[in-house]
Amino acid sequence: MSKDSFEPNIVAFLCNWCSYAGADLAGTSRIEYPPNVKIIRVMCSGRVNPMFIVNALHEGADGVLIGGCHPGDCHYIQGNYFARRRIAVLKKLLEYLGIDERRVRMTWVSAAEGKKFADVIREVTDDIRKLGPTHQIRRSNSW
Amino acid sequence: MKIGVYTCQCGINIAATVDVEKVAKEIEKIPNVAVSRFYKYMCSDPGQELIKKDIKELKLDRVVVASCSPRMHEPTFRAAVEEAGLNPYFFEMVNIREHCSWVHLDKDVATEKAIELITGAVCRAEFLEPLEKKEVSVIPKALVIGGGIAGIQASLEIADKGFKTYLVERSPSIGGHMAQLDKTFPTMDCSACILTPKMVDVARHPNIELLSYSEVENIDGYIGNFKVKIKKKPRYVDIDKCVGCGVCAESCRLHGRIPNEFDMKLSKRSAIYVPFPQAVPLKYTIDPNNCLMVKRGKCGDHPLCKEACDREAIDFSQEEEIITIDVGTIVVATGYDIFDPLTKPKYGYGTCENVLNGKKVVFIQCVGSRDKEGNEYCSRVCCMYTAKQAHMVRDKIPDADLTIYYTDVRAFGKGFEEFYNRVKGENINYRRRELDDPIEVVTNADKTVVKAKGYSDIEADLVVLAVGLVPKEDAKEFSRVLNISQSSDGFFLEAHPKLRPVDTFTDGIFLAGCCQGPKDIPDAVAQASGAAVRASEPLAQGKVEVEAITSTINEDLCSGCKVCERMCPYSALEFDEKAGVMRVNEVMCKGCGSCASTCPSGAISMRHFAVKQIIAQIDGIVAHKSKGGK
Ligand SMILES: Cc1cc2nc3c(=O)[nH]c(=O)nc-3n(C[C@H](O)[C@H](O)[C@H](O)COP(=O)(O)OP(=O)(O)OC[C@H]3O[C@@H](n4cnc5c(N)ncnc54)[C@H](O)[C@@H]3O)c2cc1C
Ligand code: FES
Repeated sequence: MSKDSFEPNIVAFLCNWCSYAGADLAGTSRIEYPPNVKIIRVMCSGRVNPMFIVNALHEGADGVLIGGCHPGDCHYIQGNYFARRRIAVLKKLLEYLGIDERRVRMTWVSAAEGKKFADVIREVTDDIRKLGPTHQIRRSNSW
Repeated sequence: MKIGVYTCQCGINIAATVDVEKVAKEIEKIPNVAVSRFYKYMCSDPGQELIKKDIKELKLDRVVVASCSPRMHEPTFRAAVEEAGLNPYFFEMVNIREHCSWVHLDKDVATEKAIELITGAVCRAEFLEPLEKKEVSVIPKALVIGGGIAGIQASLEIADKGFKTYLVERSPSIGGHMAQLDKTFPTMDCSACILTPKMVDVARHPNIELLSYSEVENIDGYIGNFKVKIKKKPRYVDIDKCVGCGVCAESCRLHGRIPNEFDMKLSKRSAIYVPFPQAVPLKYTIDPNNCLMVKRGKCGDHPLCKEACDREAIDFSQEEEIITIDVGTIVVATGYDIFDPLTKPKYGYGTCENVLNGKKVVFIQCVGSRDKEGNEYCSRVCCMYTAKQAHMVRDKIPDADLTIYYTDVRAFGKGFEEFYNRVKGENINYRRRELDDPIEVVTNADKTVVKAKGYSDIEADLVVLAVGLVPKEDAKEFSRVLNISQSSDGFFLEAHPKLRPVDTFTDGIFLAGCCQGPKDIPDAVAQASGAAVRASEPLAQGKVEVEAITSTINEDLCSGCKVCERMCPYSALEFDEKAGVMRVNEVMCKGCGSCASTCPSGAISMRHFAVKQIIAQIDGIVAHKSKGGK
C-alpha cells in the first residue's frame, strides 16, 4: 500500500464525561472530520489499561488516541493524571518494542469542546497517516 | 448465544449518510447474530416493541442498538430490554449518529465506519455480564447554594414540599443582584416589593435553615448521601443577640467613610453594617477588611460599637467555624458577576468624569457581550435594562437628552417588545451601530465625549455602559468543589441543553439561575422551580439507584499489595487485615476503573468494562478492517 492512499485505522478510548461528550457535541454541531478514528467509550481515561493500547496496535490499529477531561476536571477527580502517567511509561516501552511512540497520543477535550475534538481527530489522522501502517507486533503471551 | 442488532435510521439523521440496509445485512453475517434489523426510529414505542418482541420470540441473549449517543438513550433501551425480561446490562449501544452520520459526508465511508463500530459492539456484547442495580436510602434534606432570587425560589419550593432545606449564602444577606435593582423590566414593578416578602418567607420558614455569611468548602459522597463542609465566617456579632437596631453602625469610628458595595460604592457605610435596610437576616456584620479592631486589634481606646450595643451582641473573639451537614440533593444557584468595564479602556470607564446631575445621557449597549474576542454570548438582559434605565431617567428628568447606541434590540421575552416600543416612544434617540464599528468615550477639554462611527460626537454629562453578565469569578474553582463542568463560556454546564436543562452530569446536583447562563428574573425563577422539583424527587422517593458498574476483586489473585488503595478518590477500597486482601465498598465505588488498570496482579475487574469486554470490542473494530472487511 503506498503512503498516499494509506488510510490509517485508529482507535480512541474516550472518557464518558468529557471527551466522549465533546465528540457528541462535534456531532450535534455537525462539524465534519475524517472517519479514521473509531471510538470506544470508557467511564474515565483512568480505566485505560496500557494493555488495551498494545492490544489495539497488535490487532492492527495504526494509532491509538486516549481522551480525558482537562487536568483537574476529571469526573473521578484524578483518573486522568493516572492515565497520563501510565501512558508516559507505555510510550517508553513502545520505543523499546520498536513501535513509534507517536502512534499513541493522549488529549484533553471537555464536554464543551466539540470543535477542539474535531481538530484533534484531524491532527491525529494526519500524523498517523504520515507514519504509515503499523508493522504487526507479536503477542508473547495471552492474558 | 443469540444477539439481536437494531440499526436506527433516525428519520434521515442517520439514513442520509449511512446505508442502514447494507449495515444490517453485513452485521447479520457475524456469528452469534440471530437477527439484524433496521427501523425508522428505534427509540419510539414501535421501535422498542420490536426489540421486546424479538427478545421473547427469538429468545435473544443480548441486544445491540446502533443509533444516537448512549448518553441520551441508553437508559431508555436498558429499560425496554429489562421489561422484556432480559438483564438491562445485556444491552449495548453504538453511536452511529453523533460519531458517524453527522460528522461524515461520504455515504460509503460512513456506512463502512458504522459497520466497524457495530461489529465492535457485537463482539463486546457477547461478553456482557448481568449486573444487579443497588439502592441506597436518601437523606431527606436539601442544600441550596446561593441566596439570590433563584436560590430563594428553589429553597422555598423544596421546603414547601416538606423537606428540610439548608440555604448557604456567602454574603451577609440573601437577595443577590435582584436586591440591588430599583424597578424591574418589563413591568416596572418595584424589585424590593416583590423580593423582600420572599426573603422574609425564607427567614420564617420552619423547614429552611439559613446559613448566611457562609461558604461551601467541600462536598463528599454521592446522590442521596452528600456530606458537605460549610465554613461560617465570623461576623463578630452574635446573631442570636443582635436585633438589627443599628446603633452600633452609627457609633462606628468609620461611620459614613467606607464605600458600600451594595450601592456600587455610590453611598458610604460603617465598618459594622447591614448591606441594605431590608437585609435577611437583619443582623449586623463587621467588615474584617476595614474594622480597626479586627485589623489592628485596637480601635481608639475602645471599640465604640461594643460600647453602644446594649444587647452585648458584639464579640471580637468570634472565630471561623466549620460545620458538616448531610443532604440528599444540592441546588447550585450562585448567580453571576457583572462584566468589568475597566478591561475595555475605550469606554472611558474609571477615567472619564461623569456629571450625575446632568441632562445629557448616553447609553452604550453590548459592553462585554457579543464580543468575538471576549464573551461571545449575548447577556440577554442588557437591551431591556437599558430601556428600563432610559425610561427611569425620562421619568425623573422630563427634558433629558437621551441617546442609546445599540446594535440589535433583543426584546424576546413576554412583554419585552411592548415595553421597548413604549420606551422608544418617549423621545429617546436610538442610534444603531455595527458591533465592530469603532466607538470610544474620551475626555476632551474637561468634557466627556462619545465618538461613534457614522454619528456626530455627543458631549455627555453621563455615560451609562450596559455591561454584560459573566460567570462568577470563582466559577472554575467552585465547579471543582461541586465536581460539575463548565460550558465554553464559563457558566455551569447542564446535562442536556434542551431536555435536561437543570441537571448536571453529577447525579443529585442541579442548577438554577444565572450560574448556568445569563437570564432575566422570570427565567431564573422558572429554572429554580424546575431545579426544586428535580432536587425533591429523590427526597420524596426515599431511595435512589446507585451505580451498578463498580469494581470487584478476585480474592484468589489479590496479593494485598494495596497499590489500588491510594488510587481510589472515594476510599472505596479497604484492606481486610484478616484475609490479607482488598475489599470493595460497592456503595462508595463510582466505577471509574482506575484501580483495575493499576492492579499489578490483575485481581481487580471492572463490571461492564472488563478486560475481556474491551479487548473483544477492540478486536471487533480493528480486526474487521485488517482482516479484509473492506
Ligand atoms: C444592571 C442589571 C439590571 C437588571 N435588571 C433586570 C430587570 O429589570 N428585570 C429582570 O428580570 N432582570 C434584570 N436583571 C437580571 C437579574 O439581575 C438576574 O436575572 C437575577 O438577579 C438572577 O438571579 P440569581 O439568583 O441567578 O443570581 P444572583 O442574583 O447573582 O444571586 C446569586 C447569589 O449567590 C451568592 N453566591 C455566589 N457564590 C456563592 C457561593 N460560592 N456560596 C454561597 N453563596 C454564593 C451571591 O452572593 C448571591 O447572593 C438585571 C441585571 C443587571 C446586571
Ligand atoms: S472522567 Fe474524564 S478523565 Fe476521568
